[in-house]
Amino acid sequence: MTFLNFFISGISLGSIYAIIALGYTMVYGIAKMLNFAHGDVIMVGAYVCFYAVARYELNPFLGVVIAMIVCTILGMIVERLAYKPLRQAPSLAVLITAIGMSYFLQNTALLLWSSNPKVFPSIVGRGAFKLFDGELSISHITALTIIACLVIMAVLTLFISKTKMGKAMRACSEDKGAAQLMGINVNATISMTFAIGSGLAAVAGALLCSAYPTLMPTTGSLPGIKAFTAAVFGGIGSIPGAFLGGLMLGVIEIFAKAYISSQLSDAVVFGVLIVVLLVKPAGLLGKMTQEKV
Amino acid sequence: MKKILVCALLVLAMSATAFGAAFKIGGTGPLTGGAAIYGTAAMRGAQIAAEEINAMNIDVKFDLRYEDDTHDAEKAVNAYNALKDWGMQISLGSVTSKPAEATAAENFADRIFALTPSASSAAVTEGKDNVFQMCFVDPNQGTASAQYIGEKKLAKKVAVIWKNDDVYSKGVRDTFVENAGKHGLEIVSETAFADGNDTDFSVQLTDAKNKGAELVFLPMYYQPASLILAQAQAMGYAPKWFGIDGMDGILTMEGFDKSLAEGVMLLTPFNADAKDEKTQKFVKKYQEKFGEIPNQFAADGYDCVYAYCQALTQAKATPDMSAEDLCGKMIEQFTTMTFNGVTGDNVRWMKNGEVTKDPKGMVIKNGAYVGLD
Repeated sequence: MTFLNFFISGISLGSIYAIIALGYTMVYGIAKMLNFAHGDVIMVGAYVCFYAVARYELNPFLGVVIAMIVCTILGMIVERLAYKPLRQAPSLAVLITAIGMSYFLQNTALLLWSSNPKVFPSIVGRGAFKLFDGELSISHITALTIIACLVIMAVLTLFISKTKMGKAMRACSEDKGAAQLMGINVNATISMTFAIGSGLAAVAGALLCSAYPTLMPTTGSLPGIKAFTAAVFGGIGSIPGAFLGGLMLGVIEIFAKAYISSQLSDAVVFGVLIVVLLVKPAGLLGKMTQEKV
Repeated sequence: MKKILVCALLVLAMSATAFGAAFKIGGTGPLTGGAAIYGTAAMRGAQIAAEEINAMNIDVKFDLRYEDDTHDAEKAVNAYNALKDWGMQISLGSVTSKPAEATAAENFADRIFALTPSASSAAVTEGKDNVFQMCFVDPNQGTASAQYIGEKKLAKKVAVIWKNDDVYSKGVRDTFVENAGKHGLEIVSETAFADGNDTDFSVQLTDAKNKGAELVFLPMYYQPASLILAQAQAMGYAPKWFGIDGMDGILTMEGFDKSLAEGVMLLTPFNADAKDEKTQKFVKKYQEKFGEIPNQFAADGYDCVYAYCQALTQAKATPDMSAEDLCGKMIEQFTTMTFNGVTGDNVRWMKNGEVTKDPKGMVIKNGAYVGLD
């Protein structure tokens, strides 16, 4: 039973990684850039949601919707100001800009909301489903996160494979120049990608802080890095890969803590990552082709 | 006429050095970044003390300046150099342990006396005759906690959860584990976490629970501790909890469910609810100025400046002295004087720079700290 409980802890941690990883992988798949500011957009989303729910006492789900709107706008502004002028620049310059953006957001949050940690009110309460006479418990937030992950994954996959905008995204991902020649507005398509990615970040922020309720300006950055690892693990650019990678990372982390050493869990996690990348350089579900979405 | 003018100027110049000038006192601390809560608090505490002293009718005046080190050793040395260029005569070291280890080495090399408010790692003062601490050194907290738990017979079987990438947590944990046996404690479970995997504690808590720990010792700051308390409640584990000074602040977290911390015990030098006049005055002023209850870091910063004031007055030091002369006088004073502040009465310093004062045992009851003894 302990084993199952650890497994569930792993899944609940992993589902959080997964939902963050979805944002990373989607932006990477289409814009071919690592948006390191993603973790910090998550933090902004969590703060917006926190203020909506804790200060203005709005319905938690309304709070999430407001956070999504704010983050979507923020994502588009960031893209417009920081990334769009660098569209033709080497990818290293864009990467550095993204890191700069990440610090900028963190420090702005520090000025606005101070470094005092806040405790996030859970959007679905702190209850749990009890199974086997209470031996096994799955918290509501874990269940919600997994459902949210699956829904988002399904919607994203449908959006990208069925809609016209999705088609444009796939075209941009494959060859920006050719897509432009075919009459696709590449800039608008990439902006759209950022908008969606940032909207997802708001959801991830609300779920992350509901599960692990301390909220600080640096809240997003470390889970962001872990989620990025998860995205690479699952095959960056692949949406189901991000989901799988996130869950596996969470489970491996918990099992490493429980059965190997609580001090070495990160070493084990990254050791597994190295082994996976040696065997499958594109990640678990990544394809070695140009098309990654 | 000319002579009178020259004389007047001379008198003016002399009085400026003798009465108008102030001791340049500088410190570094994280004013931005993840640890900013500690740096900002210490700086604000020091500011209040400096303002109070400057308003008093005494010879000692302070010109206080804080530089940001973002809890980074390299930036702390840059910040220290900026302060040195400004003309710093005495130093408040750094607020957090990692940067303080770096700046303390500079203080030692430059012969600028330092009294750090809160950098508690043993390496800060080790081998340096002119670096002193206002807070307990980490190893002492571990020893004191083990002794306290043992003497008060709070538990026999103890679990320790600590943060293995943090010198503060490791320092306390090491001496706690070392001394636990002496005081009749059996450590049944010992687990760790680090930056980046400090969100999920189910494994650590399950281990402590399965091995029957009656008390869980948490040598860490309060953010991870708040998660541990919440997750323990969710899994229905209710041991006794025992924290150290880093736990202070848990009640001021916005939105924190105070019932989670009910019964948490901690050793801390400062209690914002204490009824004595000094503490009340400080807390009131801090609240008026910054809109929040001061934590232990703010109190440490406040005490540092007052301790300097006492030492400088007793040594009859003047602001025109060089940093090196002041350094010698301060070493002499700090190793002999007794100081009463908001973080404790009868505070004394040993030759190695460590402080001795009584830790206060506190327990959280109905959402407030109450003295244990």
